[in-house]
Amino acid sequence: MLMPTTPIPGFLRSDGRKGIRNLVAVAYLVECAHHVAREIAWPLRDRGVHLIGFPGCYPNAYAERILQRVCTHPNVGAALLVSLGCESFDRQELLRTILTSGRPASSLVIQETGGTAAAVREGRQWLEQALHQIESCPRAAMGVEELVVGTICGGSDATSGLTANPSAGRANDLLVQSGATAIFENTGELIGCEQFVAARAATAALGREIIACVEKAARYYVTLGHASFAPGNAEGGLTTIEEKSLGAYCKTGKSTIAGLIKPGDIPPRGGLYLLDVVPDGPVRFGFPNIADVAEIVELIACGCHATLFTTGRGSVSGSAIAPVIKICANPETYRRMSADMDVNAGRILEGHATLDEVGREIFELVLAVAAGRPTASESLGHQEFLLTYKSFQPIGPDCLPGGEHSP
Amino acid sequence: MSQLIIASEQTDRRLLRLAPDDNVGVVAATIEAGQTLLLAGRPLRFLDRVPLGQKVALVPIAAGEKVRKYGAPIGSAKEPIQPGQHVHTHNLQSDYLPTYTREVPSSQ
Repeated sequence: MLMPTTPIPGFLRSDGRKGIRNLVAVAYLVECAHHVAREIAWPLRDRGVHLIGFPGCYPNAYAERILQRVCTHPNVGAALLVSLGCESFDRQELLRTILTSGRPASSLVIQETGGTAAAVREGRQWLEQALHQIESCPRAAMGVEELVVGTICGGSDATSGLTANPSAGRANDLLVQSGATAIFENTGELIGCEQFVAARAATAALGREIIACVEKAARYYVTLGHASFAPGNAEGGLTTIEEKSLGAYCKTGKSTIAGLIKPGDIPPRGGLYLLDVVPDGPVRFGFPNIADVAEIVELIACGCHATLFTTGRGSVSGSAIAPVIKICANPETYRRMSADMDVNAGRILEGHATLDEVGREIFELVLAVAAGRPTASESLGHQEFLLTYKSFQPIGPDCLPGGEHSP
Repeated sequence: MSQLIIASEQTDRRLLRLAPDDNVGVVAATIEAGQTLLLAGRPLRFLDRVPLGQKVALVPIAAGEKVRKYGAPIGSAKEPIQPGQHVHTHNLQSDYLPTYTREVPSSQ
């Protein structure tokens, strides 16, 4: 039985989407512009200015698409692009995309502006004006059904699959029952339970797509000679990738899987979606996601307003652009690192709460965070962002039964 | 009658069998070697220390046999495993991809 909830005071963007934060993104378009972008953003980091970017000088369609999606994310009110000037990144196209969405945006080319000091000065001036402009962003009541929430697990141990992941699964069930969109990811951590996942697909054809995408992940990781498995996972009591997968799988809950999407695809309607994060084609650029933060960025590019992050070992990561809600699986870790955690799911293991109670607590916390309550990682100033090279083909027609995603 | 059955099937709350056909259980607290916990009314003596959240063999497991947790296989036994033994990287391996630990060089 779902309780009626108070409306979330969303930020209404010109493109009709609603955000739960009102931020300015400062994006460097090559590592050579990172320092200047950081100098511009740093003094204003407590006023909702977030630093994001892409380090590579070589072109990459995936990275360009992800930055377009992140800069036009509903939590973003304005964006400043910081370019060195000679990198491959198509800054004109990114700028056009942001301006077309109705957001204030500008690009600052360091080589044209006259070097570091001049660029920093000009960038800060622009930011002051942008911060003033976005203050007048109209507010609009936002229902639970308009929320998009991602789930990842990181720094997993043997308790993750017992407490935090199944609790997150229950929270995702409540979100989906309320009409919201829930996205889970990391097909490399579905290796060993692909049949269970596929059996929950909305159609048999989608189930076959899911199995094919987990097989792709397995091939990818076999080529790399390394599963999505860190030494700390083993030290925390996880023995094999299939054990880690089954524990991770619990975070998906029980809902029907409505679709299979790729980074940057925005789900067309509420429901539970699987995000395929493993690139298509031959292995080209190394590990699919080199760290947890890269997965959060992809979820944000799919429109996630917030991300549930379950951890047993104890991750401190947050994220730029969208709040991260940290759910700690291990009661011993929680006692050591409670200031970094939003939810103590470890108490389930000690008999002080049930999975259903913690699932409900997570669901209610999502609503409170959407209404403006800062998460632990937000309060601690975490604004991690990580974007590297990948290549993807568009999803096939069987991946979204009953409707197209936004182009 | 039903009360008798419940009493005879009592399991220590620190020992969890996640699915009925699992051959390993997990512990909700660190259990020291030599401790005995009830599993469905029968004593299970721990042969090894098993840290919080980790796996213990509930029944004899043959070398090569699938190890089951959450009702699903999580790999195969590398050697015979006795009830009460800690189940981890020393006696269990993936059927998919090798597990990398700090002790094993990645270039092996």
